[in-house]
Amino acid sequence: MTTSTGDGAPTLERVDDPWVDGSLHTDAGDVPRVRTILSASDRLGSMKARWGIGRMDYRVTPGLYATGNPSAESPVLVSANYKMSFDRLRAVLHGRDAWILVLDTDGINVWCAAGKGTFGTDEIVRRVQSAALDRIVSHRTLIVPQLGAPGVSAHGVRRSCGFRVVYGPVRAADLPAFLDAGLKAQPEMRRVKFDLGDRVVLIPVEMVSGGRYALLVAAGLLLLGGLSSGGYSLAGVRTIGLTGAGLVLGAFLCSAVLGPVLLPWLPGRAFSVKGAVLGLVLIGALIAGGGLTDSRLHVAAWVFMVPTIASFIVMNFTGASTYTSLSGVVREMHFAVPAQIAGAVVGFGLWLTGLFVAGGLGL
Amino acid sequence: MRYIEDVVSLEFDEKLCNGCGMCAAVCPHAVFELVNRRASLADRGACMECGACARNCEQGAIRVRAGTGCASAVLSGMLSGGEPSCGCSGDKSKCPPDGAP
Ligand code: SF4
Ligand code: SF4
Repeated sequence: MTTSTGDGAPTLERVDDPWVDGSLHTDAGDVPRVRTILSASDRLGSMKARWGIGRMDYRVTPGLYATGNPSAESPVLVSANYKMSFDRLRAVLHGRDAWILVLDTDGINVWCAAGKGTFGTDEIVRRVQSAALDRIVSHRTLIVPQLGAPGVSAHGVRRSCGFRVVYGPVRAADLPAFLDAGLKAQPEMRRVKFDLGDRVVLIPVEMVSGGRYALLVAAGLLLLGGLSSGGYSLAGVRTIGLTGAGLVLGAFLCSAVLGPVLLPWLPGRAFSVKGAVLGLVLIGALIAGGGLTDSRLHVAAWVFMVPTIASFIVMNFTGASTYTSLSGVVREMHFAVPAQIAGAVVGFGLWLTGLFVAGGLGL
Repeated sequence: MRYIEDVVSLEFDEKLCNGCGMCAAVCPHAVFELVNRRASLADRGACMECGACARNCEQGAIRVRAGTGCASAVLSGMLSGGEPSCGCSGDKSKCPPDGAP
């Protein structure tokens, strides 16, 4: 696979990609035709990308592609060169004749790339011109996914290359209905949702991105657990250290999973508040259930640290959510970050103190 | 699900609107609706400041501080002293892996 930009003679190298099953001859050169049935390796690739494995290379070569046997009248659908975006699009085009114009978005999906501006007006105009689209189709309409709109100015595209932008539905699954209705979207197709299923698929990537920090903190507490007024002891590592590491990882995992799952039911609007409440419930349940047999100072330390961890983890889920505004995030961080720092300092301070005084003071 | 609403930066100037309907078509949260061939704010508090409406309003009737409502982007912006920058590689920020084309 190459990253050729195309120049009127569309790139033939792309025919080597496994999702290409031939090429179509047009007035402006040959266009690769893609399969509309996803293979096992396409599915495996999506799964790996969800866990953050190899997702930086998960891309297709930008340029024009075909599904079925498109003619000069067939619709043109614009997509990003993140392979999961491309796969989802070609899969719903099964049995249809269409053109797919893949933009170079650095392998990033439509919505995120639109926010960064790589899925944008200029890139559309460039690709329309480099594919010589005006010689391939007789109409002048581009169907752009609605979530690309933050980066695209429809009137800007029209002015620069004469193509009219029609925004398609938010979800690829609604595309067939949208096409069959003569490019009309039901209001429902224009709404972004954040259902349980949408939230759950985001858990793995959130866990992978935060996991190494949680492991680092856990390892730190494990080692520090050996400290005491009587010097360093492995027994301390095995008891206090291990408990500390376990609680940090437990708090991290519970918040990374339960935060997204319980999001609509956790009280408060600010994600940091939702997380803090979740953390209080978790540590409360643990203490009430008799699962925490540490010294009183250490119990107090965890009452601060667990909600702090949970608050931070759930606050970071704003980035994955589909409804948080920048102004809102800035507002909540204004109070949440100082509170989280205070919680961490007090909690960790109590925990450290507990290492040295617990035995002596009978706390 | 609703987020913190009173800080939303969306501004709409009805006088400039020609009723083209673009804002209503691009908004993922149905913030705009067309009433008597004019746009109107149906649910300002639901705005996530994606900027799609403003960018697609040829009349310049809409203003919004567009950005990504992502805490880690704001944090890295704070730490580097610049604007909030989305440092994610794609799946995280406003990037539902499912459904969106
Ligand atoms: S896009 Fe602008 S001109 Fe068109 S309806 Fe909306 S506000 Fe009015
Ligand atoms: S900025 Fe985005 S969410 Fe807000 S009104 Fe405009 S299109 Fe809708």
